[in-house]
Amino acid sequence: MIPSIPQSRAFKGVYAAYISVFFLYLLIPLLVVAVFAFNDAMFPSLPWKGFTFDWFFSSTEPKLGIFHDSTIMEGIGVSLFVAFWVTVLSVFVGTCNAFLFERKNFPFKNFLYVLMILPLVIPGIILGISMLVFSNTVVNGVENVFGYEMEFLRPGLVLVILGQFSFITTIATLVISARLRKFDISLEEAALNLGASHLTAVRTITLPYLKPALFGAGIVAFLMSFENFNTTLMLVGSDAPLTITMFDRLKEGSTPALNAVSLLLMIVSAILAITSIFLQREKGQK
Amino acid sequence: MTNKTAPKLGLILLMAPLLIWLFALILLPHVDMFMLSITEKVAPRVYETGLGNYGEFFAEPLYWNTYARTAIMSILTTIVTLVIAFPVSYYIAKMLRGRMKAVLFVLCLLPFWVSELVRTFGWMILLRETGIISTFLQWAGLADQPIEMLYTDATIVVGLVYTSMLFMVVPLVTTLESLDDSYIEAGYDLGGNGFTVMREIVIPHAMPGIVSGCIVVFMLSLGNYLTPILLGGKDSLWFTEQIYAQFITRFNWEQGAAFGFLLLILSSLIVWGGLKLSRQTLSETMG
Repeated sequence: MIPSIPQSRAFKGVYAAYISVFFLYLLIPLLVVAVFAFNDAMFPSLPWKGFTFDWFFSSTEPKLGIFHDSTIMEGIGVSLFVAFWVTVLSVFVGTCNAFLFERKNFPFKNFLYVLMILPLVIPGIILGISMLVFSNTVVNGVENVFGYEMEFLRPGLVLVILGQFSFITTIATLVISARLRKFDISLEEAALNLGASHLTAVRTITLPYLKPALFGAGIVAFLMSFENFNTTLMLVGSDAPLTITMFDRLKEGSTPALNAVSLLLMIVSAILAITSIFLQREKGQK
Repeated sequence: MTNKTAPKLGLILLMAPLLIWLFALILLPHVDMFMLSITEKVAPRVYETGLGNYGEFFAEPLYWNTYARTAIMSILTTIVTLVIAFPVSYYIAKMLRGRMKAVLFVLCLLPFWVSELVRTFGWMILLRETGIISTFLQWAGLADQPIEMLYTDATIVVGLVYTSMLFMVVPLVTTLESLDDSYIEAGYDLGGNGFTVMREIVIPHAMPGIVSGCIVVFMLSLGNYLTPILLGGKDSLWFTEQIYAQFITRFNWEQGAAFGFLLLILSSLIVWGGLKLSRQTLSETMG
């Protein structure tokens, strides 16, 4: 069943039809979300009542546009804040980890490597509750012993950032390691021979080489953080990131405003996805 | 290296973030959660160590029924995802060449860059009583009244399959691409037909991809909260809901921790079992 093997016409036709149906199945849910962002009605459903931009720009109730909706705008702000810190932290730690596992030898290396992979196979909700339980223990312990309340470790943005960081770092590490593995170490040795210090060699030779992977890991980390739901749900305090705000709205019943936010998210995700694929392609050519 | 202490210091500096991360954010929290799960509240502010929270799980049919139901539906989701994804992956990996192949592969990945919430929302718009499919069926004369397609088990599986598709397609395409076409040709030359070639050559070769895809899909379905709640409604009876309810609604953290641990055990057993079956290691599969 490869092109060089003759196949009956009917089989080819059925197969191609199946593939088309599959892609329809993939795209239709996203398509309807996008289309109904422009429906001039109170619910994102048929009948179609005409085209409008109200769900984006209108400043009056009941059709409050998302750009004037303070809870949604705040949610986006909170999500951007969280995603920024998760990205910075996970790319930094991911880079350290990549150098550690690709370049160094140390006791328990294999054990630590498995441990490093582990967060990927722990369900997100469990990561969330374990962190919730542990931070509570720490806060109570510190309060009992020192009489000081570590307010920032109560459910809230610090915990959300730590919770997301705890598994996104694994992904960042894997992305960066994959590129570091392909690096020709003799380039670094040449720099050392020419009199550069170890740090200068890494900074001027190795890090520029890693740049596509660092950006790629950053994009993935940013998106995963922005879209994370499970871990965030357990750790969230009074400042809700966008996914939590949207989830609460969705449970109450949806208006096309949700479609409008979703469309915005899709556009941003698509741009980031294409950027990341482009970065990877460049990586492949070198 | 003239300076012997510098690399040593470098090693310590590089290791510090890793160790802090793994111990403070992964290991200690899970140990702490386990300790909490074996703590019983015997009276207000009085606690004892014991397995009572786990006992409660087995004593109350609702809990273990939900647990079993979540596991079975996750297995079902995994099977359906595999069956749908395999022909698609095969088509992309083996039937297409060049630009078309790259385009279709990217097209497969793109939906998954969009938040799971948005994807689930799309299914809600399609499937609800006043949704697109119901309206379409009425318009086409196939139904004479609105049909509610949300809040059933089948809907949950549809949503989970959709959400998990990427994690099956990517490993399958990767392993199928590494299969040399000449093996398939040889299979036909030796008198095999489509079915035997598939069974004797393609599927054994794709086994690592099948296993890693299945592991990830199963784990993600088991731990999913969003899709069962939104598509299954209040009575979706997903185990993560029980965990959430114990923690947030009923504030019974000891019980919630025990539930969390039970879910973790199930998920880890499946991952471990899958790896053992296919004789792979975690580092190879994920890394």
